[in-house]
Amino acid sequence: MVEAVLRLENLRKRFGGLVVTDNVTLDVLAGELHAVIGPNGAGKTTLINQISGLLACDAGRISFGGHDITHLPAHARAGLGLARSFQVSSVLPGFSALENVALAVQAHTGSSFRFLRAVAGEAALNEPALALLAQVGLSDIAGKPAASLSHGERRALELAMALATGPKLLLLDEPMAGAGRDESARLLRLLRALKGRFPMVLIEHDMDTVFALADRISVLVYGRVLASGPPAQIRADARVLAAYLGDGTE
Amino acid sequence: MQRLPALAGKLPARFVERELLPIGIFVLLALIPALARLLSEGYLLSLCGRMMIFAIAAVALDLLVGYGGLISFGQAAFIGLGAYAVGILSVHGMGEALISLPAAILASAAFALLTGFVCLRTKGVYFIMITLAFGQMAFFTASSLAPYGGDDGLTIAARNTVAGTAVLRGEHLFYYLAFACLLGTYVLCRVLVASRFGRVFRGAKENALRVETVGFDVFRFQLVGYVITGALAGLSGFLLANATEFVSPAYMSWQRSGELIVMVILGGLGSLHGAILGTACYLLLEQWLSGLTENWKVIFGPLLVLVVLFARGGLLGAYGKLVGRLRHG
Repeated sequence: MVEAVLRLENLRKRFGGLVVTDNVTLDVLAGELHAVIGPNGAGKTTLINQISGLLACDAGRISFGGHDITHLPAHARAGLGLARSFQVSSVLPGFSALENVALAVQAHTGSSFRFLRAVAGEAALNEPALALLAQVGLSDIAGKPAASLSHGERRALELAMALATGPKLLLLDEPMAGAGRDESARLLRLLRALKGRFPMVLIEHDMDTVFALADRISVLVYGRVLASGPPAQIRADARVLAAYLGDGTE
Repeated sequence: MQRLPALAGKLPARFVERELLPIGIFVLLALIPALARLLSEGYLLSLCGRMMIFAIAAVALDLLVGYGGLISFGQAAFIGLGAYAVGILSVHGMGEALISLPAAILASAAFALLTGFVCLRTKGVYFIMITLAFGQMAFFTASSLAPYGGDDGLTIAARNTVAGTAVLRGEHLFYYLAFACLLGTYVLCRVLVASRFGRVFRGAKENALRVETVGFDVFRFQLVGYVITGALAGLSGFLLANATEFVSPAYMSWQRSGELIVMVILGGLGSLHGAILGTACYLLLEQWLSGLTENWKVIFGPLLVLVVLFARGGLLGAYGKLVGRLRHG
């Protein structure tokens, strides 16, 4: 039995009268890519926000790497190795690509309450940051401000930032959203390269990507896990077909 | 604007703006006493001395606003606390700077720590309002301090002594003390901005959520920045009390906080030396216009509006545009 890296137990969240996360229980095993799919408004992003600590849960329990993290703030969860990307690219627009990644490296490399030494020349931060930029194919634009990057470049930069924190799990919220055809292909290659190295929770609308990459898929509908299992089983599940795949999305 | 020291690289225009301009400002300030003697314009010394004292608080405020994105409307309270520390100690017969200077800085830093703990839980407009509220609390507290002059303020018998000597009573020495404090504040802030701490602090202005989710407790970094800003304003208050030999609740009024924000914006946010230029420009304009007419604020107000409308980025922004235009014909 492989040990679960992340385990959600009976997670609940309601906004007023709307239940957005309804008794969700799922786990992510070591090395596994667990995709979460579902129609718009199914509560996928809410779920990611609860896991990463941006939203408090009303009930339930989240454990990560053996720790109960249900009540930890977001930065502490990141410190334990939970790295995430956002549905809408979230980078530091005024910082260069290099500085964006170096900041993320800095988060787990020694104390950041250092006030005197200039950070821009710190090789201990810049070297790993440059290596990561190379890994995601952004070496050429390391010095450019993040605000001037293309959409796909920003997506890749966000992945590099997530990797820079020394993650034990990646939470990826629609990493392909809005990317062009070429960019999508590049991002897909990148995700394939990362698969197996890190356990991942992947939220994605692009079904080709999901079925190409996922080890297991959970289908979320109205905040509830409708089905969970390997891609072949999900593909054959009549309820899933009715609720989701059958409505013309694919 | 010029927030990327790593990438400033070889651009000469950047070098002029980031290095030569600040050096020029400080060289000029260092020469003011000689200039004042040469032109036998004694008021120049006191005017520039006063300007440097406010510039200390303005540079510190630029650290908070320009680099941290935290618009504090309570900066004057920290200046006032520093000044009152000097005033109250002197009422009790303690006129030694070696005691009153640390007391002024600690009082302001402690106030910043306590209020920052509450203020920094809020964002945006709420942050502005709550810093304003704490500033007004300090103002009304000072106004009601009957044993220390209340509304009327408090006259200080004599400037502080340093290790028992009356060196601060010499106008030139006092001027150079203020000069050294401003230079120290500027260098400290520049070093801070470029440090590991500074990167996180600047990052929180860019995208606090992202900085939080890569693993930084943004609140702690902002609190440290807030306390440093408060402490530096306390230093400014110490100098102000000694320069005027008088302390009054008016030092803490919210108008004063507003003036400081205007000074920083006038000079150009997020450059530090812009805050010095802005302070100088503000005080000189105030001096000049108030000499022309009693109703000088009627001219001053619209002038500020014009600057904000047409010279975005303040004096430094206008300067940058001018240089750019000259270069490219």
